[in-house]
Formats: sequence, structure tokens, C-alpha cells
Amino acid sequence: MADDDGQYLYRAEGAEQLLVRRLDDLTLIYHRRSGLTHMVTAPVPEILTAMGGDALSALQILSRLSDRFDLAVEDEGSQFAVIAARLEELAGLGLVERL
Amino acid sequence: MKHTFSVCIGPASFRIGSAWAEPVEQLRRLYADYPAPEGGFVDFSVRLEPATPLRQWLRPSVAIAGDYMLPDAAPLPLAQGLLAAEMGMNLQMALGWRRHVLLHASCVEKDGRALVMTGASGSGKSTLAAMLGERGWRLMGDEFALLDVQKGGIFAFPRLISLKNGAIRVMEQDADPARFGPLMEATPKGDIRHLVPRADAIARMGEGAMPAMLLFPRFGFSPAVRPVMKSESFIRLTQASTNYVALGEAGFTALARFVETVPAHAIDYGSGDEARLLVERLWDAAI
Repeated sequence: MADDDGQYLYRAEGAEQLLVRRLDDLTLIYHRRSGLTHMVTAPVPEILTAMGGDALSALQILSRLSDRFDLAVEDEGSQFAVIAARLEELAGLGLVERL
Repeated sequence: MKHTFSVCIGPASFRIGSAWAEPVEQLRRLYADYPAPEGGFVDFSVRLEPATPLRQWLRPSVAIAGDYMLPDAAPLPLAQGLLAAEMGMNLQMALGWRRHVLLHASCVEKDGRALVMTGASGSGKSTLAAMLGERGWRLMGDEFALLDVQKGGIFAFPRLISLKNGAIRVMEQDADPARFGPLMEATPKGDIRHLVPRADAIARMGEGAMPAMLLFPRFGFSPAVRPVMKSESFIRLTQASTNYVALGEAGFTALARFVETVPAHAIDYGSGDEARLLVERLWDAAI
């Protein structure tokens, strides 16, 4: 599924499926459905939090992150690329679904 | 089997059956002060069998079998039958224990608080625990520490201490000769000699303790200490656990809580005395 601009939409795994423990540089995510433990760094925990339960594109997620964090406007292109790449990785792990 | 012996070590119980008398006689002597399983029911069975029918008598060769087995484990000569029994018991724990997070770690206790030490084979964690166990600490185990998934305490598994190579001579200077098993030379793990833990370690093996410090010792380097981040501790402890994946969410929660609450340090040392001083200093500063 895609949004009006033809971008993929993603939905994060339900919060009830994830146990999250922020340690230091790493955040642990235990995925109840798979029984796997993932160790992730920023901006993955922030992406998952920003997504909530909504179906969103990478651009929409970037917009939400921009509202919450002080992201540099001139870096928007690379920030978008990073989010898009992380979303695909998370889809591969089963932590988000590409709709 | 013809010769059998049953024993409780911490919360686990074992029955060892053997085609030969010698390994069972040695187990009976060294585990004399350990309790027997109630009602004769045990968690695990270990069998010491001839590798082939002829090998019961002709150059006797001991194959390790049990509830959990490694198909490619090499048989040992009968003179190393005690080692075979110990390896069989360790294997049952590593592959079959599900009541706690099983950490491949040594552990000692003082004033109700546990010091957990983990590291690769040769790091000296076992020798260090044995040394501390002779000097005012209660030995909780030289090989496995059992982490309670509900309350986060550590339970003891004070099996016979397995001394290897240089550690044998070091501990022979410290401990009563009557507490030692036979010297087994040139085993697949080098020279091995078992040491019975001190009486208090056996008498109190049912007592747990809350973990207060985690150390990653490394033998063969100049003395040094560095703090270890929680994330690194978590990664290394999952690698040091044989049943983390099998325990699922309970294992995750217990291990995450452990690294969140227990300070961790890596220590390098070149001698036992250096290590002991480093440990005592860190402990006194933290407690």
C-alpha cells in the first residue's frame, strides 16, 4: 500500500508485542511474537515510538520526528534516507510491516 | 547400571550410573557431604558406558550418555572416569536446565551479596572463585551461576571445583589434601584435579544471594580495571547463557534487570594475588 505520493506505508508491531529496555547506547527490544531479542541504536526506538499504531510513510515519520526532535532542516534528504533504510530493516526483522 | 550414585548440587539432582566401580567410588568420596535426592527422584541421569562392548575390559573407554547427549563427544580412558561424570553432569545442566537463567559463570558470596564472574575458558574465573572461596567468601559455584527469573537472586551450584593446569598447584598450597580428587593428566582439557568446596559452601548451597557485582576477568595481562557498559554486559551474558533463548521473555526480563541493577567491570590480571586485590578493592568501594 502507498500514500498519495506513491511512498510505501509501514505499521509498527503492536506495543503489546514489544518489551523495550533502554540501557545506554543500545536499546533492547524483546519481540514476543518471535521470541527474538533485538539490540538497536537511535533512531530505531524513536521511529517505533513516533509510528504509534498508525500506517505511515517514511516522510510522514520524518515529519513526526521533526516535531519532537530538533532535526537540522538542511539534512532532511539524508534523514529521509536513513528512516527509509531503517524501516526496510525493521520490516525484515518483523518489527514493522510494509503494508 | 551396575554402579550408581545420586547427589543434589544446589537445586539440581543427578543420578550417575557407571559400568565401572572406580568413577562411582570417587564420586562417593568427593560428594560425601552433599545431600542425596529426596525419594530418589532426580532431575538428570548420566551414564558412563563402554564406548564399545569390548572396551569395558580391554583398554576401558568411557562414553558419556544421559538425558541430554552430544553425539560427537569423544570417549575418555577409565582413569579419567571422574572427569567423564562431571562433564556429563555439566552437559545435563547446560542443555536441560530451565528453572533459572543458567550463566556460564563462577560466583562467590559475602554478607548475603553475590559476586558473579564470567569470561571465556582460560580467563581464570574458576580459579579466582576457588581462591576467594578459601579466603572469607562463600563459593557458590565455579562453573554455573543460576539467575532466578522471578526475584533476580543468584542460586548456587557448588559442584566439585574443576582445577586446570597451573591452578592445581596454586590451590594445593591453600587447601587440605583430603579435599582433592585424583590428578588426571593430559585430559582433553589439560591436567585436571577436582577440589571439594569448603564445608560452608556445601552446607549453605540452598541459600541464594542478590547479585551485587559482575566481573569479566582476563588472565595474562597487566593489572587493569575498566567499567563495562550495561549493553556490553547484556550481550556478553546472553553469550554466556546456555538457555537464554529457551527461556524467552522470562530470560529477557531477568537478564535486562540484572544488567540494569548490577555494576560491571572488566579486570585484567597476571597473578592470583593481583586479581584478589583488584576484586577486594572494587568490592569494598561498591558495597
